[in-house]
Amino acid sequence: MSNMQEIDLVRCTLREANSQLQGEDATGAWIIRNPQGRHALAVGLNAPIDVVIDGQAGYYAGGMNKHANITIEGNAGPGVAENMMSGSTHVRGNASMAAGATGHGGLLVIDGDAGARCGISMKGIEIVVRGSVGHMSAFMAQSGTLVICGDAGEALGDSLYEAKIFVRGEVRSLGADCEEKDMTADDLAHLRSLLDRAGVSEYPADSFRLYGSARRLYHFHVDNAAAY
Amino acid sequence: MCGIVGLFLKNPDLQSELGLLTSQMLKVMTERGPDSAGFAVYGGARRGQTKITVRGVAPAQAARFEKGLADIAGPEITMTCRDDHTVITLPTEHEKTARRFIDAFGHGITFVSSGDSIELYKGVGLPEDVATRFDLAGMRGTHAIGHTRMATESAVTTAGAHPFSTGPDQCLVHNGSLSNHNTLRRQLVREGLKFATENDSEVAAGYLSWRLSHGERLDEALTASLTDLDGFYTFVVGTRDGFAVLRDPVACKPAVIAETDDYVAFASEYRAFARLPGIGQATVFEPEPQRVYHWEHAA
Repeated sequence: MSNMQEIDLVRCTLREANSQLQGEDATGAWIIRNPQGRHALAVGLNAPIDVVIDGQAGYYAGGMNKHANITIEGNAGPGVAENMMSGSTHVRGNASMAAGATGHGGLLVIDGDAGARCGISMKGIEIVVRGSVGHMSAFMAQSGTLVICGDAGEALGDSLYEAKIFVRGEVRSLGADCEEKDMTADDLAHLRSLLDRAGVSEYPADSFRLYGSARRLYHFHVDNAAAY
Repeated sequence: MCGIVGLFLKNPDLQSELGLLTSQMLKVMTERGPDSAGFAVYGGARRGQTKITVRGVAPAQAARFEKGLADIAGPEITMTCRDDHTVITLPTEHEKTARRFIDAFGHGITFVSSGDSIELYKGVGLPEDVATRFDLAGMRGTHAIGHTRMATESAVTTAGAHPFSTGPDQCLVHNGSLSNHNTLRRQLVREGLKFATENDSEVAAGYLSWRLSHGERLDEALTASLTDLDGFYTFVVGTRDGFAVLRDPVACKPAVIAETDDYVAFASEYRAFARLPGIGQATVFEPEPQRVYHWEHAA
């Protein structure tokens, strides 16, 4: 840790902190001290650097990340890792609503619980939640994978496209057009690799169930009008 | 958008810091609500005494107003002015007469709240300025609720600022907007309630007070509001002994709770907690939608 470059938000502004991290030529490992729940920490990163947020993060932490590996030592507010393109974000605590929203790629790991709408409109990001997720998670999720080691709230996977959802615990209810699927050997292998990358060793992959799209809502059909 | 903060003290040693901690939290929520602010501070009840908060006692009227109240309540009455608000403490048996006197007095004097413990202050301006005007930092008490307002449903006025108090020791702060408040207001007016503003949040406060006045517990009244109130809301409701939190089923309005052995704190955003003592060791969580959270001191 001694060669970490340190940014202390008591001594500099958020904009100064982010601009140090955002350059394409940024290198090495960084630690952000005294985050105190500020919004938009470590957003728009564009280089393969390691960033530790040493405490609680506010809204949109790690948003739009490309290449960087971000660790949040505390809880994260709404929209953590939103629209992530690549790299990784690891939340050691809980995440608020809309974690990983619209993410295109990369890996988001949440050690605690995630709030409502986790993975909403995800487009390729992979999300592993050790705890539970709130209602409307993976709403309109287009591609990517959401792994939930705990329980899922109401309307999981509503209006789902081709994202895959693995759940180990209870699902309070499924959203429109989301259904349980048979797990193939490929699905199982993918889940194993994701759990492994997320450092989750306590839950065997075959203790999860797979949910996906029933593909009934892709094209409007008058008989489905009530399901929209 | 609005900001809400709340602080419920478990450790009595912190009571002298209640106002200071609340004012720090309120200031951080300025970006969520810069147009007005308000707060209810529960200073603790004294047996047989009632506190009435009013605002708008102009210097020219002060002597006549104070004499009128002293004539009603006798020498035991005390009046404490903080900027344009006045807290009147008087023997409980004189409360109704005093209330009639206040309501009839006119000259811009407005009833704000009453109860055993509640004092309620609100005004237009930046939250920090509002808090400074009333010396919130110097207040002590058992719990407090504050609000920073970004108006959406009605005008930016002192009356439109939160909290709203519509029953004894009750107050409500709201982040969100209600879509059926006009219908509900008409229904409640038929039930005999009076409303001072066109504000949607005042209707929510009135609705809860109406249910409480029919003998429901706070958690029952809040649960009923899930059926009867349409719109977006995170509510924090203060009572004499504690406070309760409720989020609507969609829960798009933010809420976060921090709990330690010393206190329970509520805020719209975590950053409002950053200066609370021992926050690093607090249990921090997001309240679930449709679930009533309630903390109370033993009566």
